[in-house]
Amino acid sequence: MIKVENLSKRFGNQLVFENLNFQINDGDFISLVGPNGSGKTTLVKIIIGLEKPSSGTIQTSSQTIGYVPQFRNVDSDYPLSIEQFIRLNLKVTLNPEKRRQNNLLIKTILKRTGLTEIKDRPLGLASGGEKQKAYLAQALLNDPKILILDESTASLDVEVKTQLMDLVQELNHKYHITVIFITHDYDLTKKYTKKALLFKNKTIEPIDVQKVSKDMFEMEG
Amino acid sequence: MFGYEFMREAFIASTFIAITAGLVGVFVVSRNMSFLSHTLSEIGFAGASFGILIGISPLAGMILFTLVSSIAVGSLSSESSRREASISAISSLFIGLGILFLSLSSESSSYATNILFGSIVGISAKEVHQLLILAIFVILIFIIFYKPLSFDSFDHIGAQAAGLKTKLLSITFLITLALSVSIGAQIVGSLLVFVLLTLPAATAKYIVHSVPKMIIVSVGLSLIGVWLGLYLAFITNWPVTFFISTFEVIAYFLGLSYKNWRLSH
Repeated sequence: MIKVENLSKRFGNQLVFENLNFQINDGDFISLVGPNGSGKTTLVKIIIGLEKPSSGTIQTSSQTIGYVPQFRNVDSDYPLSIEQFIRLNLKVTLNPEKRRQNNLLIKTILKRTGLTEIKDRPLGLASGGEKQKAYLAQALLNDPKILILDESTASLDVEVKTQLMDLVQELNHKYHITVIFITHDYDLTKKYTKKALLFKNKTIEPIDVQKVSKDMFEMEG
Repeated sequence: MFGYEFMREAFIASTFIAITAGLVGVFVVSRNMSFLSHTLSEIGFAGASFGILIGISPLAGMILFTLVSSIAVGSLSSESSRREASISAISSLFIGLGILFLSLSSESSSYATNILFGSIVGISAKEVHQLLILAIFVILIFIIFYKPLSFDSFDHIGAQAAGLKTKLLSITFLITLALSVSIGAQIVGSLLVFVLLTLPAATAKYIVHSVPKMIIVSVGLSLIGVWLGLYLAFITNWPVTFFISTFEVIAYFLGLSYKNWRLSH
């Protein structure tokens, strides 16, 4: 559960948002929508503890939040294989029993995200969809109860988007992981999420996803 | 060749130089800091000539200059676009300073040649000991911080998202980089120490796909380079740096060709 009360954030004199009040329950699959620059990523950074709010409170029931950021520095020369990239997020251990557990965990996560077959391929040579799956898999290593996807589908074609979202939906259904999906994609919002948090006029309005319209994703005029 | 004491010392020193440079290099390359390591070499030159001028050892002068400037560069410019420009500016200033310090000090120009281009005869037993201590210190830091440093270097954004203290890691890395430059310059010279800090790791990147394997290949290539360089320098009396850089460049292009060959098959 995430409970946000009277949350405001300013950078210097500039107000990003104020008086946010909303609650996300365990097992929810919600979308966070709003125009560019409306404060979506800033809110996420506050939720995961990378930024501090200017005022207000935020309570989360789980300490383990998996965050999949929007951009990654992975070019075609990137050397690590998909499995080795995911392993970066493993805790170090010399205990043989824990190492065995880690290997098992990696195997499970690779299987769950459908990456087992291509685990040895350099990540730099993977397709856009495979990369997003690898980023997701890395975030899943800590067994998060809350998963935040920051525009993970942005540069993918329709078929791959659907594959990735089906995977996320399965994680939500099977393992009751709460999902916060930041997106500009009208169709995906409608298809996969039930509730939406809409950024509007520097605050947030929780709405039923059926009431979401295409203009809510566009630039504020 | 091991009948000569100076060769034994040069051999021990270059072995440790190769291990530290090969190890640190993997992180230099993954953090896209090849250019900074080049600049630190030039700053090291200025530091060494400053050390001679004020009468402390060239190694101490080097460490002083590279430490201060690497932390300055790191904290001044976290954005890579600005980093390039500020590094160029700092580098020009320090080469100028290095030349000034040398001309003000009374040392002969052969000393300058040693600092800039390296030498296998210039190293004393005492200096070898200092090098060993510094090299072991750098290696220990890498053992302690291996996991978080790998995460931050190979996936900076992911490491931030996972809540790692990436600023602290960055400063820790810059300190070890500064020390590695100072250590490496003793044999291969400050102008070419960046060869060992970038090329073996860049080659490793084309051949293997995990951090431990990259470290093994990178350290291996550095070791072969310096050992071969020392041997060839001993029998030909040509500069050791020439052989090391030639070997590392050839290895780099072979690695690149191997990668392209694998892509097309």
